Amino acid sequence: MTKLLNEKMQFWGYRRPDGRVGVRNHVLILPTITCATQTAQRVTELVSGTVTFIHQHGCAQVGTDYDQTARTYAGMGMNPNVYGVIVLGLGCETHQAHRIGDEIAKCGKPVKTVSIQDHGGTLQTIAEVSKIAVKMVQDASMVQRELCDFSELIVGTECGGSDACSGLSANPAVGRTSDLVVQQGGTAILAETTELIGAEHLIANRAANDQVAKKAYAVIKMMEDRSIQMGVDIRTGNPSPGNIEGGLSSLEEKSLGAATKSGTTRLEEVIDYAQVPTKKGLVWMDTPGHDIEQLTGMVAGGAQIVLFTSGRGTPTGSPISPVIKISTNTPMFDRMNENMDLNAGTIVDGLETVDEVGRRIMEEIQHVSNGKLTKAEILKQHDFGIWRIGPTF
Amino acid sequence: MSEYKTLYLSREDSVAVALSEIPANTSVVVKSDIEELVVPILEPIRFGHKFAVKTINQGEDIIKYGEVIGAASATIPAGAHVHVHNLEGKRGRGDKVAE
Repeated sequence: MTKLLNEKMQFWGYRRPDGRVGVRNHVLILPTITCATQTAQRVTELVSGTVTFIHQHGCAQVGTDYDQTARTYAGMGMNPNVYGVIVLGLGCETHQAHRIGDEIAKCGKPVKTVSIQDHGGTLQTIAEVSKIAVKMVQDASMVQRELCDFSELIVGTECGGSDACSGLSANPAVGRTSDLVVQQGGTAILAETTELIGAEHLIANRAANDQVAKKAYAVIKMMEDRSIQMGVDIRTGNPSPGNIEGGLSSLEEKSLGAATKSGTTRLEEVIDYAQVPTKKGLVWMDTPGHDIEQLTGMVAGGAQIVLFTSGRGTPTGSPISPVIKISTNTPMFDRMNENMDLNAGTIVDGLETVDEVGRRIMEEIQHVSNGKLTKAEILKQHDFGIWRIGPTF
Repeated sequence: MSEYKTLYLSREDSVAVALSEIPANTSVVVKSDIEELVVPILEPIRFGHKFAVKTINQGEDIIKYGEVIGAASATIPAGAHVHVHNLEGKRGRGDKVAE
């Protein structure tokens, strides 16, 4: 068990109308359909303080796949790091902009909806959205940060480009941080169901009750069954060629290293992709191992900060939430320093303990929550990808 | 002997991890909480890769972190590199499902 911090940790955040707290103050231009992403991008080039994301979804989707995409869009808009949202549609898409806008508006933040077909094309839409954005950005800039407790934070955790050091250094260190976040009354998200295959018993044993344990085994079975139904060895896709190069030989081995990110606390609930946790403490979000899809799910689920460990190195970031990237080994930290924020390779080097690095990550969460920019933010790394669970029609 | 850093996570483990590049034809000492084993290294082991600390028979489970990480697809002598050529995963094996 991780030793308790003897002080209550706080940070300066932006209080939103629904009571949640953001660590950033973005105006989001949210395209609900791939046809609107280029127009949204033009607006962000014109108006400082706005962000958007490129994607290829929003039309000819049905059933649970439609719902999951809609939930992800709305979750991105409702994330407390967003001050206000301009929802941009083409006009004829299945994911109608006004429906997504109505959903986001329930949390009380400023929301406007614009359609390209209604405004007579690309150029007039850029002008219209930009005018709305100028006012929204100025309003956003009037919001003052206030002192908030760490219990208001939802911290997402993930690993990508794992190597054999991941399970020895950065992942256990993030596990310590996860314990500390939980002890401060906050929420830590464990994700990437695929990369818990082979380690599920270790997590399920820590479930708050039988129901939670059953759901943990159920989401593992669904994920494993998908690969079995395809008639392939899951190792053809996971671990990836880079994982194998780094010394990981099977999905089970990768999973046992990945599971250490969850620390030692009780598992409070297992939630669906892009769902906001209903409980504080450690929660498991059912996502695939794909870095960007799981990152998007956690941010749509309200994570204001994400911790991302990597052995091979990665540029990944989110348009909405700062991603603190933690290297598992020192050579990669030096080689890809412009992308990596912290080094946990010191554990393998024998210079620091897992506990010391876990505390260092906790301090970095505080700095970043207060406004320190991560490498991914500085490099405008605005990744976004939805876990699609059905075909396009 | 054994200027090479290794990591032996649990005494139940059948593999240890190289934390430096280990050349062939050397011996390394691996330490668990209760014992020390001397393992003759048969082939170069790269940083982060695994070697067997004892003979692992074909079909036998391979243990790391005290947990199963797969099964041996061939008999592996102590000191041999353990990786995708002689370790197969046991989970998500759609290719092994009978028609």
